[in-house]
Amino acid sequence: MKIVRNSRLAKALMLGLPAVLASAMLAAPAQAATEITFQTWNSQVSQDQWNAMTAAFMKANPDITVKVSYVPGGVEGDALIKTQLASGTMADVFSYNVGALMQAIDPVRNLVNLKNEPWVKSVNSGFIPSATGPDGGFYAAPFGTAMGGGILYNKRIYAKLNLQIPLTWKDFMANNAKIKKAGIVPVISSWKDSWTAQLFVLGDHFNVAAAMPGFEEKFTGNKIVLAKNPSTLAGFQHLEEVRKAGYYNKDVAATTFAKALEYLALGKGAHYPMLSAGIDTIVANFPTKASDIGFMAQPGTNAKSNGVTVWMPAGVYIAKTTKNLEAAKKFVAWTVSKESFEVQNKVVPPSGPYFIKGAPVSGNLTGVFTDLYNYMQGKGTSYPALEFLTPVKGPNLSQICVEIGSGQKNALQGAQSYQKDLQKQSQQLGLAGW
Amino acid sequence: MKKKRIKSPYASSLYWPAGILYMVLFFIPTVLSLFFSLTRWTLQEWEFIGIENFTLYFSEENLRIGFRNTIIYAVLTSGLKVIFALYLATFLSSKLRATGFIRSVLFFPTLVSTIGVGITFSVLMNPYEGIINAVIKSVAGFFGKTTDGPGWLIDPNLLPIVSIALVDVWKGVGIATLIYIAGMAAIPRDYYEASSIDGASTRQQFYKVTIPLVRPAMFSVIILSFVGGLRSFDLIWAMTGGGPGFISDVLASINYKQYTSGYYGLATAGNVILFVVVSILVFPLSRYLNKKEVVM
Repeated sequence: MKIVRNSRLAKALMLGLPAVLASAMLAAPAQAATEITFQTWNSQVSQDQWNAMTAAFMKANPDITVKVSYVPGGVEGDALIKTQLASGTMADVFSYNVGALMQAIDPVRNLVNLKNEPWVKSVNSGFIPSATGPDGGFYAAPFGTAMGGGILYNKRIYAKLNLQIPLTWKDFMANNAKIKKAGIVPVISSWKDSWTAQLFVLGDHFNVAAAMPGFEEKFTGNKIVLAKNPSTLAGFQHLEEVRKAGYYNKDVAATTFAKALEYLALGKGAHYPMLSAGIDTIVANFPTKASDIGFMAQPGTNAKSNGVTVWMPAGVYIAKTTKNLEAAKKFVAWTVSKESFEVQNKVVPPSGPYFIKGAPVSGNLTGVFTDLYNYMQGKGTSYPALEFLTPVKGPNLSQICVEIGSGQKNALQGAQSYQKDLQKQSQQLGLAGW
Repeated sequence: MKKKRIKSPYASSLYWPAGILYMVLFFIPTVLSLFFSLTRWTLQEWEFIGIENFTLYFSEENLRIGFRNTIIYAVLTSGLKVIFALYLATFLSSKLRATGFIRSVLFFPTLVSTIGVGITFSVLMNPYEGIINAVIKSVAGFFGKTTDGPGWLIDPNLLPIVSIALVDVWKGVGIATLIYIAGMAAIPRDYYEASSIDGASTRQQFYKVTIPLVRPAMFSVIILSFVGGLRSFDLIWAMTGGGPGFISDVLASINYKQYTSGYYGLATAGNVILFVVVSILVFPLSRYLNKKEVVM
């Protein structure tokens, strides 16, 4: 019985197939879809976002198909992207960091200058320097939201112990003492994912810049000795002080980024020095706990100047090797359109402001979003992170921070090693003064 | 004494294919890497800078850790493989039931992806949630003691590189055993018969017959595993990434990090240095072992 039916089906297919093929062939010239390739990071959030965005784009532009591929983040991704660009095998459009990391992929040689695109006028001026090449060209459309580098904290613990948001490092350490007394881990850190260890240093740049006006220019020209300035040394010292006071979680060396956020969300720890975007992972894994989490700037020495260090969003670039420049430009322009932001809002509620003027913000906004937004709207309460203001960025900072945090080095030795790391990188880039 | 060149019986055209492959795949890249180690290059352009890369490489702060770990790792993995594999091979050359099955099981880790092994063991060796320390804790608890167990991969001293070496031994001992088994199979049975007629015990046979005659196999195992240990990278990268900090860095992982930072010239110089280090250590060793073999 079954066999008969199947053979009938096969016959129907055999008869029908040529007809289908013929009609497809006839229809083909009318559609002539241009295919462009797009490459982005392989994290789950990134995949969800870009799948939704490319689907919406293709629906609005049926004449263009976008094929998405993924690369890992971190050093593996960096190496892969550099190789792809150099060997001419990069996707037509791709996303990557702006700032120092963009300077390291030689924008003038490898990327299409987007300065004269109509959408550039709507880019928030704060983003412009970090996507500007040494030739003055503008190379990236901003993708995603601003991130704050500071401290994620558990509001429930703050309420229970009746603590105030600290405006100076001293107050922060005083809070930590009370938290420890209550039997809660004061500072969570996660050295198994060593990049997370850098926040005390990188997130301190608001305070460095406040103490030393014109810092970036001197820094780029090798006129700063990190170990000799109290303000540049402070970030390294914080890592050491917290260790000496015994405030880190006991399993800090084996803790991952995701695990650290779990500790924070479940109230096992009070503070986590991290980018504000860490909240996205809490929203995904512990949605009911997301409202317990707040965000504060990393406190410095002066209570009157308290503000947040801001990370720029990623950039969307067009590789010079593209064969479909017009379609690629159309796609990039779409990513900064109102429709695109509506799609993005639906996939993940924004954890910070977008860098396009008038970009709609909607969805289930978190307390972290509000905290960061307030810092960024305030006068003199936000400042870009160092890596968006200079091409100088040493690749070994995360390991050095782990060394200080685990007591293999003290703060001074750490700052000196990082100085050497900077020197090596600048010499490789061929910068003047190193 | 003058050596006489023996004319090859084959037409020289037969040598060309292999010769060309050798030139293109091995000789030219080696020469090029020597050249590029003297330059600062991106994949698109280069600038000649003399020996600057080498001086910079030797001023690398963590190079001492790298050298120390490379040697520890190579000696430890090679030594343990040589000893364990010898006993395993003796055991598996005996007339057991199901030796085929046991040999397959022993060989199995060699077939698994190194990265997969690395990730699995870093989970097992997690000092707080891993099963290894859970077992240690419960055993200690049984004897009425409490312990946290060792911090296998996160200890700020030598332990991480030793832990990784142990995993490497587990993963690689199968191949070493296989080489030994082949070596043992080649020992003529006559020696055993003759010695047993002379009244030698099994123990004596093992030390006086098996070990001396299995030496060629042993030397292969030593050389292969020592070279493998010196340039080992993937397992270390998967398990600790050279960390915490730089405590489990080896030469290969230092080179890799330089490469990913875009320091191509420096990384090339590092690989040339690794090549030289491996040669300096392995050639004398190999010559010494070969000599012993001849004497024997």
